[in-house]
Amino acid sequence: MTDITHGRNARTADTGPAAPNAYVEAGKEAVYTAVLVFLLGFLMVGYQTQVLQGEQMSYVTRYSDVIWAMLLIPAGRFLLTLTRFDRTLPAVVLGGLGFVYLFGAGVIGVLELPIYGSLLVPVDTLQPHILPFEQPMVNVIFGLGALFVFASAARTRRRKTTGGQSIDIREAAEARQAKVARNLSSVLGPILIIAALVIPLTPWGDRKLVDSLVLVMTYVMLGWGLNIVVGLAGLLDLGYVAFYAVGAYTYAKLSTTLGFNFWESLPLAGAMAATFGLALGFPVLRLRGDYLAIVTLGFGEIIRIILINWQAFTGGPNGIGNIAKIDFFGIPFERNPAEGTTAFHTLFGLEFSTAHRVVFLYYVIIGLALITNFVTIRLRKMPIGRAWEALREDETACRALGINPTNTKLTAFAIGAMFAGFAGSFFATRQGFVSPESFTFIESAVILAIVVLGGMGSQVGVALAAILLIGLPEVLRELSLYRMLVFGGVMVLIMLLRPKGLLSYRVPTIQLHKGKPKTMAPPIVGAVK
Amino acid sequence: MSAAAATDTLLEVERLTMRFGGLIAINDVSFSARSRQITGVIGPNGAGKTTLFNCITGFYKPTVGRLLLRGAGGMPFMLERMDGFRIGQKAKVARTFQNIRLFPGMSVLENLMVAQHNKLMHASGWTVLGLLGLPSFRRAEAAARDLAIGWLERIKLTHVADEPAGSLPYGDQRRLEIARAMCTEPVLLCLDEPAAGLNPKESAELNALLLSIRDEFGIGLLLIEHDMSVVMGISDHIVVLDYGSKIADGSPLEIRNDPAVIRAYLGEDEKE
Repeated sequence: MTDITHGRNARTADTGPAAPNAYVEAGKEAVYTAVLVFLLGFLMVGYQTQVLQGEQMSYVTRYSDVIWAMLLIPAGRFLLTLTRFDRTLPAVVLGGLGFVYLFGAGVIGVLELPIYGSLLVPVDTLQPHILPFEQPMVNVIFGLGALFVFASAARTRRRKTTGGQSIDIREAAEARQAKVARNLSSVLGPILIIAALVIPLTPWGDRKLVDSLVLVMTYVMLGWGLNIVVGLAGLLDLGYVAFYAVGAYTYAKLSTTLGFNFWESLPLAGAMAATFGLALGFPVLRLRGDYLAIVTLGFGEIIRIILINWQAFTGGPNGIGNIAKIDFFGIPFERNPAEGTTAFHTLFGLEFSTAHRVVFLYYVIIGLALITNFVTIRLRKMPIGRAWEALREDETACRALGINPTNTKLTAFAIGAMFAGFAGSFFATRQGFVSPESFTFIESAVILAIVVLGGMGSQVGVALAAILLIGLPEVLRELSLYRMLVFGGVMVLIMLLRPKGLLSYRVPTIQLHKGKPKTMAPPIVGAVK
Repeated sequence: MSAAAATDTLLEVERLTMRFGGLIAINDVSFSARSRQITGVIGPNGAGKTTLFNCITGFYKPTVGRLLLRGAGGMPFMLERMDGFRIGQKAKVARTFQNIRLFPGMSVLENLMVAQHNKLMHASGWTVLGLLGLPSFRRAEAAARDLAIGWLERIKLTHVADEPAGSLPYGDQRRLEIARAMCTEPVLLCLDEPAAGLNPKESAELNALLLSIRDEFGIGLLLIEHDMSVVMGISDHIVVLDYGSKIADGSPLEIRNDPAVIRAYLGEDEKE
């Protein structure tokens, strides 16, 4: 908060009588930037190495790209510096135009829409183009850069018209944002649930879509589970996938050695994961913030490495196969069921279809996810839920009030882990095969990203973020190589524009005055106190 | 009988010493605090007042010494042997902090509900019965809410009950922190500079609040304070620390005229 007032003072000082000329300053900045771009980019961008036949190294020159970069990046720098001097109009106009042109044309190029090759840009020639860069994707990236210039200038403009951003105004803005998020959530929530329930029955609900949705729902459930640990209790957990793995392997072992079916092992998988949650909880009780994150990250890796190396029990890198597929509460989904049992399709008089199992899996994961959601919402209003949130806000004060921090943290870890265990055993029955490869650190990172991106405390936000984070890469598959690049760009943009998550707000767990519940600004993930 | 009860010894600090490496923050301090009394702890900066509080409330483990608390029903607690949070949970010692430590993102009412955690946790059957929505838990929750509302009325914050605690003005946050501590239903309330940063009017209101707590709840209050008008005005008994040692102990009038205290505060006359 102090840096904001400081920033404002600095700005008023700049525009004072002795202030340097904005254009001169911006020009200087631009020249520095151009030099930097040249130094950094000349060798790397200017010369592209190629391996020719006979393993000879060669290179092609790309001077035009270097020159364009040396023009565009300093231009952006120039506009941003002007923005700092409260001259926002050029940045808004040029940034906006630049975004529309570069991004639009770039996307057309990436998707290889017909007009790309003919009208706008001659693809296969070295003739001067209308677009700066040969590679369409590079244009898209520069377009996003232009968007950033535009957004920051537009924000400065808006701030100026509201008369400077004092702390009160910022708080009011946060409260307003939280209120919007809340209203949106209350509309979106039911829509999403109903949509999720009916999609397999609609004509669009083909097997491919439902299969993708099963994956998305798994992450929704994991996100909700991790939200208990990170969002409510404020314990930054980077090893959440370990509990997912424990759940998956518990079911895999129970199924392959003892012949348990999914429903029998579901509670056991949850209990096992919760036990591991406690086991992780004990050593990290004294740690907070970054240190906690590091240790949980290590725990996740330990579990994965044990899974790889304990050949005799876990099958090592080969994993465990032939895990029993899900059945309809004891009735198998098979074309030719074992003797003495009736298959699902004969029992209900249907034509056999592999889609039955997929659709059933889909409803199972929706059920599990909704249970997670419901329990989380209930728990928040219990004394333990309030203690979690209080612990997130101030652990010292909690101790002074006689709240046992050990038990409070351990329950958060255990309950969060339990839901991961349920999800894990679902994963195992869906795949029919588990191996350590499915439980790498990147999975933990994705789940945490879902919680952060969604906005803590917002169940709808987490669901939305899971759809975005898991669904977007599926949709973007068309972009092949650039998929993750666009994906990363979108995430950066979201965090720039909505640093507290897509739909983040907090509603008190108890209210004195009648009327619509108050909305509060949400907490920040992993804040260290 | 009531006269005898009024002067019950609540807390006995015996030969308390706290060392941090080579630094002796508290050196062989003994005093006692009684219930139905406000015991003021004063001293120049760095005298060890907050360290003393941290020892009593379990944030530090004393190096040497005994801290005996006679809890409800005369049950003795050895505070120096207890885990930090158990002092609040079992021995019923509550405290406030020099730099306010509310739960800023939670509402005012929630802050007071969190303070009743242990009681509610028990009533909710460690969450299991609460999740099932048993009526006994709902009754306990309603009672806790009533207690919180009573405190809100007393500190005149009912109208902002649903606002985030962090958004309140400073003086209100101070009073809320005291109310939150009182919601744990303590036998000893330790206040670390409650009047710091308050204007004279707020300070007077605070005095009235502390006196009403003493008289109505019959608990003991331990008070660190720099504001002499507060300390001298409401303390029944004052302990003076300087460089970690106790230099005086007595009624406000005695303390005011104690040469050692005057020396500690005003410095020694060089000519003598």
